Amino acid sequence: MTDVNHPPQQPENPAVTEGEELSADNREQRLSFADLADSGHAAAQLRTDVEPVLTVEDLKMWFPVKSSGLVRRTIGHVQAVDGISFQVPRGGSLGLVGESGCGKSTTGRLITRLYTPTAGSMRFGEKQVDLATMSNRELKPIRRDVQMIFQDPYTSLNPRHTVGAIIGAPLEVHKVVPKNKVLPRVQELLEIVGLNPEHYNRYPNEFSGGQRQRIGIARALTLNPKLLVADEPVSALDVSIQAQVINLLQELQAEFDIAFLFIAHDLAVVRHFCPEVAVMYLGKIVEIADRDSIYGHAHHPYTQALLSAVPDIKSAGHGRRERIRLEGDVPSPINPPSGCRFRTRCPLAQEICAKVEPPLLQIGPRHKVACHFAGEIGRHPATPVTAGLLGVDKQGSPDPGTTPQPVGTNPGYDKEWFDLGSQQMVSA
Amino acid sequence: MTEPFLVVEDLTVKFPTEDGLVNAVTELSYSVEQGRTLGIVGESGSGKSVSSMAVLGLHDTRTARITGSIKVGGQEVVGLGESKLRKLRGREVAMIFQDALAALHPFYKVGSQLAEAYLVHHPSASKRDARRKAVEMLDRVGIPQPDRRVDDFPHQFSGGMRQRAMIAMGLINDPKLLIADEPTTALDVTVQAQILDLLQDLQREFDSAVIIITHDLGVIAEMADDILVMYGGRGVEHGPAKEVLTRPLMPYTWGLLSSVPDVAGDTAAKLVPIPGNPPSLLDPPSGCAFHPRCAHSDKVQGNLCSTALPRLEPGPSGPGHLTRCHLSDPATVFETEVLPVIAPDLLEES
Repeated sequence: MTDVNHPPQQPENPAVTEGEELSADNREQRLSFADLADSGHAAAQLRTDVEPVLTVEDLKMWFPVKSSGLVRRTIGHVQAVDGISFQVPRGGSLGLVGESGCGKSTTGRLITRLYTPTAGSMRFGEKQVDLATMSNRELKPIRRDVQMIFQDPYTSLNPRHTVGAIIGAPLEVHKVVPKNKVLPRVQELLEIVGLNPEHYNRYPNEFSGGQRQRIGIARALTLNPKLLVADEPVSALDVSIQAQVINLLQELQAEFDIAFLFIAHDLAVVRHFCPEVAVMYLGKIVEIADRDSIYGHAHHPYTQALLSAVPDIKSAGHGRRERIRLEGDVPSPINPPSGCRFRTRCPLAQEICAKVEPPLLQIGPRHKVACHFAGEIGRHPATPVTAGLLGVDKQGSPDPGTTPQPVGTNPGYDKEWFDLGSQQMVSA
Repeated sequence: MTEPFLVVEDLTVKFPTEDGLVNAVTELSYSVEQGRTLGIVGESGSGKSVSSMAVLGLHDTRTARITGSIKVGGQEVVGLGESKLRKLRGREVAMIFQDALAALHPFYKVGSQLAEAYLVHHPSASKRDARRKAVEMLDRVGIPQPDRRVDDFPHQFSGGMRQRAMIAMGLINDPKLLIADEPTTALDVTVQAQILDLLQDLQREFDSAVIIITHDLGVIAEMADDILVMYGGRGVEHGPAKEVLTRPLMPYTWGLLSSVPDVAGDTAAKLVPIPGNPPSLLDPPSGCAFHPRCAHSDKVQGNLCSTALPRLEPGPSGPGHLTRCHLSDPATVFETEVLPVIAPDLLEES
């Protein structure tokens, strides 16, 4: 953790950060590729030994839909987020992926409490305080610990404020340092994110897109947060600048032990940044697992379709691969399909899918999936794997011969899981 | 061999501004044959959109200074009058834009916008014919219930459907060249996959030439037969797609490849960014425009990179693969230095 009383820390990798500041006078300074490569980062690794900084349980956000006319009655709800549970480990990152309208951004806004959730809990930090039910007054000290990075570096910075005012604003709001210490802290932050500390007096329009995103990151870092919600932090940036910002976020994470909820639609970027990934569809988590399980052994047909849709650079010259084509568009979240929400577009859907909602079943040490026919691509079982656990028959009708078991209640991972091969609970 | 449908030679586009002359495109040459797809890749400001807008004659000739030659089906476009250009647009060359919501008029029904595009080039056709053609095209691009959706307004379409409607509008007059400017950037991956499939199917059906402009190397890899990499308004590497993506010769292309994580690659691969920012087109760097950001110019003798502009000429891998770089042995540098860092798994395979 940086402390305002300590001298500014040098950024870990001057090679990348100085690059942004290349100007006519220091063009002569050369970076060799070896220096650059040293400053790059490989994909982030999973740490399983840390406790969660955030535990979200059964979180719901239903936006009311009002009728038109004088008496505006509520005629329905947009079920933007409908009962999701997950954990973000301290200093780790969880990726949240899905198509537009799946509720991933709403989830981010719920955690930063820009929305008040309809139901559910979000326990944060060592004291496990529940963000979901706190009043604004109670929340104020917590807001220091939970900050957000926005997608668009052009609209998320006030064009009439200097960079110094933008980055210093959180310090003044939370009165963490005396007024005369604000500027040194701002300069320290500018240096941490790889900008020239002398530029605190400039306006956002004097910076490029990548530099602006660095300003947004500096603002989010001002109060030493424990959790950063990054909503599409690089998707508005040019390819070469994207890599600079991802590397910067990886450095900051390692240096300040910040946990990330990384919301993005770019599956390759998420794979690089997040050791754990949750896939959302229409307000629900359909699969959540560590990187290898999601990208190498996805068991949900939606995850498989999503992954097969990503264009692959290595496919050059081979033409387009055969892919799982999803027909049509995402159904309306106002009146989502019964049972499994993906069944209307799912190539595997059967009768049970319309009748019974599949639970988020743990099928590996760090792998949960919500599908009656969970299996690796091309090896989906013919009969629902969940029937026995849910106390229903193969068509999804209640089966008096079996007793339903509680499934998918733990937001984290259990020591025991349901093995798809043997159809039994096993442990490591 | 037949003459390529589109031949661009020494195209230079400059815009005078209050701050000086913007060198948007400089001495750009490329060609596209019927039935082939050229992918143009580069960062914002690299001139990729400006150069393709020039093919349609979309620049204001009172301000933009355009020199060089653009031949569409043998006809010279540079300096062509507005009325002749209008005959060309839509009929011979059509363009698909990135933001379909902005490109479709919100007040008019999708069907009437398609019909208008048809009527412009078929003045003798009746309104009924035009409408039938609009329905047919919507059906062709995979819009369900086209006879009903033809009377919808753009806002009633989803993002993917709007993009399909744009493609339908582009193809309604059977153009021989289709320019798609970031056609899938605003779309989700599953919808993007649908649109890319559609574009390929239609290209096969109509045997048209396609230029696809994007910053997404994945899209380029799946779609393009040839790739042109642009930087600072110039072409810096040009060759068959597989060559350019697997054995690139220009350090900027290496930088692009090392900046994007691969969804199926080795997780030990490092993300190595290109330092700095794209160059100012008002005052382009001397010599090679990429030299201030290049990590390999130390391998070139003297100050050649900052003093002399390298020519775009065939590299070591054959006459079809052009590169603009002073490096004497780029292929070896790529294999020994760059590849082990950005794709260690590929090295083991080969």
